[in-house]
Amino acid sequence: MIIYIIRRLLQIIPIMLGVVLLLFFLFNWVGGDPAYILAGKFSNEEQIANIRHQLGIDRPAYVQIGIFLEQIVTGDFGNSWSTGERVSEIILSRLGPSLTILLPLLFIETLLAITLALAVARIRGSLTDRMIMIFCTIGMSISILVYIIVFQYLFAYRLGWFPVQGWGNSLRENLFTYAMLPILISLMVGLAPNLRLFRSFMLDEISQDYVRTARAKGLSEKRILWIHVLRNASIPIITYIMAALPGLLVGAFLIERFFSIPGIGREVILAVERSDFPVIKAITVYVAIATIFANLLADLIYKAVDPRVELK
Amino acid sequence: MSAAVSHYSKGFWQLTWRRLAMDRVGVVSLIIVLMFFMIILFSAFGLIASDWNHEVAINDAPPDLWGILTDKHTSVIQPSSNNTLSEISEPLPELSVVDPLAEDIAKLRTPIDFSSHIIDPLADTLRDIGYSQYVSTDPTTIEKRTSLPFGGDRWGRDVLKKTIKGTQTSLFVGLTAALLATFLGTLFGAFAGYYGSYIDDTLNWIYSVFNAIPYLLLVLAIAAVLQKRGIATVVLILGLTGWTGVFRLIRAEYMKHRAREYVMAARAFGVSSLRIMFIHILPNVSHIVLVEISILTVAFIKSEVILSFLGFGVAVDDVSWGSMLNDAQSELILGHWWELVAAGGAMALLVTAFSLFTDAIRDALDPKAQGAGA
Repeated sequence: MIIYIIRRLLQIIPIMLGVVLLLFFLFNWVGGDPAYILAGKFSNEEQIANIRHQLGIDRPAYVQIGIFLEQIVTGDFGNSWSTGERVSEIILSRLGPSLTILLPLLFIETLLAITLALAVARIRGSLTDRMIMIFCTIGMSISILVYIIVFQYLFAYRLGWFPVQGWGNSLRENLFTYAMLPILISLMVGLAPNLRLFRSFMLDEISQDYVRTARAKGLSEKRILWIHVLRNASIPIITYIMAALPGLLVGAFLIERFFSIPGIGREVILAVERSDFPVIKAITVYVAIATIFANLLADLIYKAVDPRVELK
Repeated sequence: MSAAVSHYSKGFWQLTWRRLAMDRVGVVSLIIVLMFFMIILFSAFGLIASDWNHEVAINDAPPDLWGILTDKHTSVIQPSSNNTLSEISEPLPELSVVDPLAEDIAKLRTPIDFSSHIIDPLADTLRDIGYSQYVSTDPTTIEKRTSLPFGGDRWGRDVLKKTIKGTQTSLFVGLTAALLATFLGTLFGAFAGYYGSYIDDTLNWIYSVFNAIPYLLLVLAIAAVLQKRGIATVVLILGLTGWTGVFRLIRAEYMKHRAREYVMAARAFGVSSLRIMFIHILPNVSHIVLVEISILTVAFIKSEVILSFLGFGVAVDDVSWGSMLNDAQSELILGHWWELVAAGGAMALLVTAFSLFTDAIRDALDPKAQGAGA
């Protein structure tokens, strides 16, 4: 087990290095000379040279990559190009609002999708099942933008059940006032694809021999589904959730933008609009690290859920 | 030999076609998808909707399906192309909830007397000095429709034509990006799967790196770096980031086929590796490529819409479903729902049809795997 973890950690190193190289290539070559963006339209040679020296981009590439690596390890990406705030502070202060939306959302969504998927898997092939699946397919085809625009207009602007947008200071206020509609909309948008996917995971298991055996020995359908099938179907479900986790942090960016929630996603959009490279670079690097570790964690959870899994 | 091969491969596609034709849902969705392709072909050659940018109606003209028969027109004073004359004359909705400045704006809007035709304070001067816009067109009155079959947008442009043009942009971007991504994925996958060893290791490493960064974040990061906006940029961004899924599938297929007898026989004949990879093996995995193009097209259409909505997609003077939805968001607050319905509806129809068609063609290509996708 420990050897396995060490080997996986060693495998992470080249991938991390690749991510660093890719981002370095993107922001230092494809993006053109950062000094010109930073200096703005009206600048002279001296200013440019000064900024280049400050950023360290007048030095050879390997030194710059070294600086980048140092930034990642220390978490010190300097200041934002547009607001002058420290990048590390920006990220830390944006993490809270994002998690306030994401954690309840992830919890409710997973629970709801699993329950519904089991219910639908139980009546597979019936008219209700097919209707739900058609409904899901159509629901998935409508742009997420349309859902957000319409529901924000209807529930917040027209009916006034929720505030149209905004964010407060206390967790309680945020969770029960401002986060409600964003979570509700994300639930409605996310449920259809998750339900479809989880249903197919359940159906893969339901046709297995052990289910027939369980039925033959007279177990209740409820027990078969919730204990036997769910346990076996949980491996692909965990894979899916863990893989989606870091992406969710960014994926909620539309919700955060529409509802003016000061989270990571909205920060990314703002940074892209302002060509605020240090912020984008820092967020991308840390989300990539989170993704890599989430994958490792998923593999370790397999072992906990299913003792038959061999970590190699 | 070659005749036998071509006959067999024709048989495979014929069988596939027959299975697809049996699938009612598949046929209907195929017809809808083909209709969309016809529309974008016509629109690309300028046969329809080439004048989508013309302000043919009053601002925010309401939809009226039969209005075309009654042919209602109104005379609008038109000194400059972007005046907001009728927007001002209509009753103002309650904006205060959303816009803190709404009251000020309302105050600014109401007391101004617009009976005078001089809205642009420079209009007279410009006419005097012979500015072409004011010389060529008589600034007094222009005939404008009061309603359009599918409504008009904020500037009185026909929403139907805008939707057609938007369809052209979004579908074109989706399809081209899908072709680019599938091409890259197939190429890399073929090399990695066929050669193995260090080529496989290197390409696999690149794949892991791309996979370590969440897709949307990577797309946004590249959008930030490429300052230029436009259709080509969007295609490039989506195509360069979206190849990883195809790579994985094709690589696995090539690893499987590498050990097959026909490949070994070809190698024994002294056929070159490139020829084996792309003449011998590729036709055998072409069904996967086809399905992947289809899946990616849908995914990229969705991504393009989001990118353009945020303003990182198509250029400002272009229209896509995403930029339409952006316009529609502010229009909806004023109660003008038609652009939202048009753009959202067109996209939903195409994406539903394309997804169902993808399922159908997957089943038709691989009858053994039927129901596996559920």
